[in-house]
Amino acid sequence: MSTATAPSPASAPLADGSRRPPSSKRGKKKYDVESGAGVFAPTMMTRVALVAVAILSIFPLYWMVVIASRTTSDAAGFPPALIPGGNLGENFIEALQNPEARLLLGLQNSLIITGTVTASVILISTLGGFAFAKLKFRGSKILMGVVLFAMMVPLQQLGIVPLYMIMVELQWLDTLQAVILPFLVNGFGIFMMRQYVEQAVPDEIIEAARIDGASTIGIWWRIVLPALRPAMVVLGLLTFMLNWNEFLWPFMVLSGENPTIQLAIRQLSTATWSADLSMIFTGTLISIIPIAILFVVFGRQIVSGIMEGSTK
Amino acid sequence: MTTTTAPPRLSWRERLTRADMKATPYALVAPFFILFAVFGLFPMGYTFYASLHTWKLGNPERAFVGFQNYEFLLVDYSRFNWSVVNTLGMFVMATVPQLICALMVANALNRRLKRPMLWRMLVLAPIVTSVVAVGIIFARIWGQEYGMVNGFLGMFGVDKINWQAERLTSWVAISSMVDWRWMGYNALIYLAAMQTIPRNLYEAATVDGATPRQQFWKITVPQLKPVIIFTVFVSSVGGMTMFVEPMMFGSGRLGGGTDGQFQTTAMVLVDILRTHGNYGVSAAAGWLLFIVIGIVAMVNFLIVNRIQGNK
Repeated sequence: MSTATAPSPASAPLADGSRRPPSSKRGKKKYDVESGAGVFAPTMMTRVALVAVAILSIFPLYWMVVIASRTTSDAAGFPPALIPGGNLGENFIEALQNPEARLLLGLQNSLIITGTVTASVILISTLGGFAFAKLKFRGSKILMGVVLFAMMVPLQQLGIVPLYMIMVELQWLDTLQAVILPFLVNGFGIFMMRQYVEQAVPDEIIEAARIDGASTIGIWWRIVLPALRPAMVVLGLLTFMLNWNEFLWPFMVLSGENPTIQLAIRQLSTATWSADLSMIFTGTLISIIPIAILFVVFGRQIVSGIMEGSTK
Repeated sequence: MTTTTAPPRLSWRERLTRADMKATPYALVAPFFILFAVFGLFPMGYTFYASLHTWKLGNPERAFVGFQNYEFLLVDYSRFNWSVVNTLGMFVMATVPQLICALMVANALNRRLKRPMLWRMLVLAPIVTSVVAVGIIFARIWGQEYGMVNGFLGMFGVDKINWQAERLTSWVAISSMVDWRWMGYNALIYLAAMQTIPRNLYEAATVDGATPRQQFWKITVPQLKPVIIFTVFVSSVGGMTMFVEPMMFGSGRLGGGTDGQFQTTAMVLVDILRTHGNYGVSAAAGWLLFIVIGIVAMVNFLIVNRIQGNK
């Protein structure tokens, strides 16, 4: 299976489209069509289809904002309300103060958990990725195979029963470390960093640093880490999004008293289930805001990260 | 300073460097492997051990029972077998249309568009939503009384459908959540692979008179084979462990509807563990799920390989 993921990284073009064939410049369209690259000219159908897909992508999110800014009675009926109302601020305050849902505590817990996991995964992955990419040590091939295995198999889900038993034994139920620790195992991070180090850090620089008497850790700190900064941003973003949205494992070990944001909005949606739709949607909106901000600010990096990660 | 007094053969500094070269690599990869051993490998092995015992939460007594827990799930507890059927059904309904759409969208995104990054972000936008949030929103869109889908169908005189009531209807609703959330993500993965296909292949095909459609099926799709296999594999693992979407569709409960018509295997596992505190049986369910995922991944691999081979 692993072969599917491992064509040579060097041949991959830049995913943000910055390395394009010269023929893609505007004004040379005619020439392209004649030379046979006409398949790449967007047709009317392409545009219509893309607009339709974009609308479908955005609509549920937009509708959530609409309902969150209205009263519940507006949410019922057909055709549905499609224009935002004026109750967003009110609903926000009311949702955050809802004693059953504990949204504020949920936000705080999620920030702690996700922040810790993200920072640790970046650290562990840059260390391991550097070792696998540039250092020679016995057994490195087998160990890399283990990393790929960890990447492919949904360990947190298949090992959920013993993991739960361990947390019961340690009396860690309802604590944040119970959520954090299992998610520090992240094979993808090491894999990704290995690819980046191979590309971004030439062997000669490491040799030169060694001759100057630098230690391995010194090389990691002074040469590898600075070169990896863009990759660290991408890995950080992907890890943050993934863990912010995680539900099953926090659901296993945390109670409603001490929820993550995802548990909190589930609680909100089930406790007041048929009663107050605008409240539920406001809570849902609140849970999405941090990720939405990241997406708007770092969208380019997220897109490139997903695209580059796949061709490697 | 110190090196001048060192013995002629190996200075302490050289020894240190040598030790550094030998030992440090292991130290660098150690954090991952320690965590992996404790929270990855050990739980998987221990699941198997637990699955062979009667073992309940808060009860120190446990007894070896061989494969009785497996037998219970496969023979006596009909919800388990049905959950496998449900999971497979929803997985197929969620994956096949999704990946086909993703291919089409990627093909559209691969053309010369103005503002390509904007289009990519628009297509990817659903990924910002957590699975819980998707479940909450889509449960309303598919709602019986006030849901948008029923409202829309009502315009054509269709009676209000209770999407939760039947197996097929609930699967449609739940699959739509997976399709919506992941289609754009997979489209970007296909797009990345499409950009690596040499353009002169298309130029040559155009010269030979191949239509764009033919070029898509004869050049693009075969060239994407490794990536398609990869996405099918990832989707198999994700689809077969589906949990949150059906749970949120059923008002946050683990039962998967009145008769478990959309209860997935992961839901059965968690239900046995959380509601009944039965380690042994839920561990057996975990291993069975693992085996099913393995089989599904293998079958998918063979299917994808074959479809491609005929082209």
